[in-house]
Amino acid sequence: MKESALSDEEVARSTAPSTHEPPERDITDGGPDMVQFLAADGTRVEPTEVSAPYLSFLDDVDDEAMRGMLRDLILVRRVDAEGFALQRQGELGLWPSLLGQEAAQVGAGRAMRPQDYAFPGYREHGVAWCKGVPPENLLGMFRGVNHGGWDSNENNFHLYTIVIGNQMLHGVGYAMGVQLDGDVATGDPERDTAVMAFTGDGGTAQGDFNEALVFASVSNAPVVFYVQNNHWAISEPNERQFRVPPYRRADGFGFPGVRVDGNDVLASYAVTRAALDRARAGEGPTLIEAFTYRMGAHTTSDDPTKYRISAEVDVWKAKDPVDRMKKYLLTEGIVDEDWLTAVQEEADELARRIRHACQTMPDPGHEEMFQHVYADAHPLVEREAAEFAAYQAGFED
Amino acid sequence: MTTTTSTSSGGAPASTARRTTIAKALNAGMRAAMERDDKVLLMGEDIGKLGGVFRITEGLQKDFGEHRVLDTPLAEAGIMGTAVGLALRGYRPVVEIQFDGFVYPAFDQIVSQVAKMHYRSQGTLKLPMVIRIPYGGGIGAVEHHSESNESYFAHTAGLRVVTASTTEDAYWMIQQAIASDDPVVFYEPKRRYHERGMLDLGDGSAPDLADAPYSLDQAVVRQEGSDVTVLTYGPMVKVAMAAAQAAELEDGPSIEVLDLRSLSPMDTDAIEASVTRTGRVITLSEAQTFTSVHAEMAAWVQEHCFYHLEAPVLRVGGYNIPYPPSRHEEVFLPDLDRVLNAVETVLSY
Repeated sequence: MKESALSDEEVARSTAPSTHEPPERDITDGGPDMVQFLAADGTRVEPTEVSAPYLSFLDDVDDEAMRGMLRDLILVRRVDAEGFALQRQGELGLWPSLLGQEAAQVGAGRAMRPQDYAFPGYREHGVAWCKGVPPENLLGMFRGVNHGGWDSNENNFHLYTIVIGNQMLHGVGYAMGVQLDGDVATGDPERDTAVMAFTGDGGTAQGDFNEALVFASVSNAPVVFYVQNNHWAISEPNERQFRVPPYRRADGFGFPGVRVDGNDVLASYAVTRAALDRARAGEGPTLIEAFTYRMGAHTTSDDPTKYRISAEVDVWKAKDPVDRMKKYLLTEGIVDEDWLTAVQEEADELARRIRHACQTMPDPGHEEMFQHVYADAHPLVEREAAEFAAYQAGFED
Repeated sequence: MTTTTSTSSGGAPASTARRTTIAKALNAGMRAAMERDDKVLLMGEDIGKLGGVFRITEGLQKDFGEHRVLDTPLAEAGIMGTAVGLALRGYRPVVEIQFDGFVYPAFDQIVSQVAKMHYRSQGTLKLPMVIRIPYGGGIGAVEHHSESNESYFAHTAGLRVVTASTTEDAYWMIQQAIASDDPVVFYEPKRRYHERGMLDLGDGSAPDLADAPYSLDQAVVRQEGSDVTVLTYGPMVKVAMAAAQAAELEDGPSIEVLDLRSLSPMDTDAIEASVTRTGRVITLSEAQTFTSVHAEMAAWVQEHCFYHLEAPVLRVGGYNIPYPPSRHEEVFLPDLDRVLNAVETVLSY
């Protein structure tokens, strides 16, 4: 959470006239402010002045926890691949892939405690997994059988929010409620609660995002803003969203911002742990920018070949978050090929389970579309539901 | 649903009734709601020490504390979005929008999130929120301070939209709205804030809501009549009543005034009962008439009361222009003469 001044280069860029030319800088480089523990080749990076303060948050990450992280990365990637395949085969109307963002999400998700509440966008399948939401429950909304197939309060994982940025304010409001309930800074690890609100680089341009930062700041709410900068908001690059990187924006709102290598699960975990601890201790919000990359299309309806070059994708392929952790743990002897084979089998079994659940998911009865519009009776909805039932019954003879 | 002429107050002995204003009745209603349920929070701009620009929340922060009456940053989307989060955490936020024309920054949160949360969560998430909006013109205000934008929200499934026209309604309806498990957009007729009426506060403690004279979604006949029904609500109830009295004094037509109170749902039983008696209908509100609550009332009447109608349904409302500079508002807003003209027209068929 160290803040540092803008470099000369960044000052020059931020004051230069806007241009539609591609950026000259290397967008694949998170720069010296980025917290990283695992290099792209799976070797440990020597702590820097920036990353050293976070190292202690890995102290209790033992071999078992390391294996747990890699297992999550592998399973989440498999869940995502299955979602993609199900869309291609016509079982889902749409699938927003998280490919490339597994470490950013698993790191954050595993840092959360059960009582911590997550407010996701719609790509947070990895966070959902870590919070215990069965992946098949994510499919309903993309199959068109519901608008959200899980009970948010069961796993403290809110429904996906599709209007970009809306959920950031919900997260702050929820955190304000946590504060009013006195569930911060009690010192009781089972009680102290934080909230995580997730969005992407595009989301940072929304008014709701910025208002969320204002409200969190003035109320000192126990919330962590987690911006997965995957570099693309559908077809729009970072240059169309901001001139100052998201983590720097926190300074203007009066709380810390930190950039983390979102393809490094250890760093993502440590930085999120630190921010959550801070929030639970009543020390206020943090903005984390997880520097990562959307390896796939925006959704299955998108065609990224129209707006980005494959060379960029190739650079990021070499930074793959799953391979990186796999190499590290193999080298360290924390996992071996047998272990990996077993996890791959588990992943395939999970995929079969998801596929089966999707294919056997019943279509809702049409009368159900009239349900739950209101909590209490509403005569117009009830009358229309009755008229609809009578109309449908007319076809039965 | 049955409707009756409203003269009495509900429940407690009549001896404790006294004259008060709509503003003070709203304040008393919120106070009662906050006493009844400590999850009730007030949120808004300037509502704490100042008591709101209309002083509707006056004294409540002092009595309930800053943790119950939250002065928020000046950002309506932020207020609405954080209210959603607070409601998800189990609170019952009552949000004050300072003026009708300032609700639009929060429109996305209201329509995309507040209205749909219960539906999209299949009933697992409730948002028991109240969005208070002082609305309507007639106060000589600058732009964006005089609008009647209720139709936007009445059009949106998942919201309840209500408005009070009397002190008694102000007191009871705000409490009923807060007690509702659905989000309620609560329109307050700002130019009637200082109108007086009788209100019985009993011993001053939070009343039993079962003693409320009417349910939240019930229309009320304010004036019985036999020739023409005026379907109205909010600040225009007073104009309709004046028209009914003027006509009566001149031995003119007998005008029935039905105060809708709830715009969504709409008490169509009460509308049907009245139209069946009179056969002639005028809708009356300050709102522009095009695709409005007016239009819904008119459409509903022709669809369901066709054989009872003696004349076309007329809409008397704001002209279909942006709210004009306030020097025009005395002719922009419906008044007694426009109502009586419309009465004459529907009687000419």
